[in-house]
Amino acid sequence: MTAKTLFEKVWERHVVVPETADTPAVLYIDLHLTHEVTSPQAFSVLRSRGLKVRRPDRTLVTMDHSTPTDTAQIFGGKPIALESAAKQIRQLEQNCVEFGLDLIGLTDERRGIVHIIGPELGATQPGKTIVCGDSHTSTHGAFGALAFGIGTTEVGYVLATQCLLQRRPKTLAIEVAKRLAPGVSAKDLVLAIIGRIGVNGGTGHVIEYRGTAIEALSMDERMTVCNMSIEAGARAGMVAPDETTFAYLKGRPRAPQGEAWDRAVADWRTLRTDAGAVFDKVVSLDAAAIEPMITYGTNPGMVAPISGRVPERPGDAVFARSLEYMGLAPGELLRDKPVQVVFVGSCTNARISDLEVAAKVLAGRKVAPGVRMLVVPGSQQVKHEAEARGLAKVFTDAGAEWRESGCSMCLGMNGDTVPQGQYCVSTSNRNFEGRQGSGARTLLASPATAAATAVRGRVTDPREFLN
Amino acid sequence: MDPITVIRSRTAVMPSSNIDTDQIIPARFLTTTTRDGLGAALFADWRYGADGRPNPEFVLNRPEAQGCEILVAGRNIGCGSSREHAPWALLDFGFRAVISTEIADIFRSNSLKNGLLPVVVDEATHAWLVANPGAEVEIDLPSTTLRLPDGRSVRFPVEAFARYCLMNGVDELGYLLKQADAIAAYERHAG
Ligand code: SF4
Repeated sequence: MTAKTLFEKVWERHVVVPETADTPAVLYIDLHLTHEVTSPQAFSVLRSRGLKVRRPDRTLVTMDHSTPTDTAQIFGGKPIALESAAKQIRQLEQNCVEFGLDLIGLTDERRGIVHIIGPELGATQPGKTIVCGDSHTSTHGAFGALAFGIGTTEVGYVLATQCLLQRRPKTLAIEVAKRLAPGVSAKDLVLAIIGRIGVNGGTGHVIEYRGTAIEALSMDERMTVCNMSIEAGARAGMVAPDETTFAYLKGRPRAPQGEAWDRAVADWRTLRTDAGAVFDKVVSLDAAAIEPMITYGTNPGMVAPISGRVPERPGDAVFARSLEYMGLAPGELLRDKPVQVVFVGSCTNARISDLEVAAKVLAGRKVAPGVRMLVVPGSQQVKHEAEARGLAKVFTDAGAEWRESGCSMCLGMNGDTVPQGQYCVSTSNRNFEGRQGSGARTLLASPATAAATAVRGRVTDPREFLN
Repeated sequence: MDPITVIRSRTAVMPSSNIDTDQIIPARFLTTTTRDGLGAALFADWRYGADGRPNPEFVLNRPEAQGCEILVAGRNIGCGSSREHAPWALLDFGFRAVISTEIADIFRSNSLKNGLLPVVVDEATHAWLVANPGAEVEIDLPSTTLRLPDGRSVRFPVEAFARYCLMNGVDELGYLLKQADAIAAYERHAG
């Protein structure tokens, strides 16, 4: 028997019709996550062609992107401020009724960012194929699932047939040796990886993150790493399931129960890359050498250690234009840069452990005068847990805003935006021009760095507070 | 979708690398429930000033860019968000093909499904195109060839099935629906 990678094992289990020179493989999709922004046109196609949703039981629908995070608009009966967003949300509600889908709706206790609630509900499981009309679907690969983002046309294909047409991608192993140093997080690790391989370093590949540093990560941390695979150009990133994975899933509502659980775990244990399996490409890193990282430019590959400086690249016009947008000069020190906004949230860093770290830094301290800090839990469950454990009170006592869950300031389409020209240290995943609002200047970092920066009002190494 | 065979047009050139889909169409335009009219929002933050007036410097606002159906872009165009609104906006604006040395995976897949042809060429060809904005070029899908005005021609890769669909104006959904028996058999077997 030939040695196989984790990716190959999951892929092969889902081939309905093998690929040929003329046609791609028909690949079966176990779980389809759906949200309000990338689905309306897909439902319209189904309607116009008289098609049904093939497997409502494999379709998990919620709202997060254009959904407001203001409590009054969710629970207080106040109309949703953005009329177009309100319309989109109503459209999703209607589509779910018309096509017979369960909707985790606006006031549902299980609602949240789609990539946070899938794992939280136990719907995300090892060995599954998972897709969503959203590029950060790569998050679910943390469980050893093959999970990737698709466009709206493909959302329609999956609704109608539960399948996609796919050519088999290549494989890239990212081997991370040793352990992360204290005060250095999974976010710093993935930013360092993207800095190393570039924003197109993973194009055409599925990444498998491996090595002692990866095995030592919690599920929350593995999700942070896999989440940003797409920022390196890879549609999917995976981590082999292990005891950490099983312990996380056990007892979750949609995880197998009883005897079915034991059978599932026995099967999941086989989902590891065999000794001797060959990857198309291998990259190795030393976790111990990684520092807290922060971005300075307009893509996540433009990243440096927090103690570092903006690099100099004479003659690179694109680089110069990016720095001009950011209002930063080559050679400038990143530490101590004044910021106006701090955002802790998004599918990258809004799970309970992220909020825990931020609260640890903020406990007994205040957000610096002139800084707006927004803390947005990734789901309503995370929100309740943070409230029950006193984390929310730490944030509000410090002067931060505490919101209902959603994508919020990760992307400027739900009313939460960073004003023109302002600097925002953000725990989200994209520092693209205008991502957080027209003219907004995003510095991506970990929750610890974001909280430390909020306290000082300047870019701050979190180890000053944590160690 | 109209069948594509040959696209002959002048080029508009945006040489920046890593043009992400948030630039192609910013998120605030995504609260739509249709795919129509998105051309107006194409590159909105680059195309218009803060006062909403067109920025005369921006390449697509220049007179010579009007009517161009081929966009030449820097390496890794379409990275970032999976929003299909990006190819919808480019098509609605009038583009029918995008040429680069590298095109991000999800954007390429979305483009193919909507009849926006992604064309990946070598560095030298790309450098020539960037140095000669407005050049009249021909993209021949049946022979997967790009012809430059000086008579040179270069081949470009297109996945065989996508090419068949584009040339015949058929979508993949019809093909997938015909696999119903195989899908049902798979479901019975896999549970
Ligand atoms: S939090 Fe941001 S990156 Fe994550 S799904 Fe929402 S918009 Fe996308």
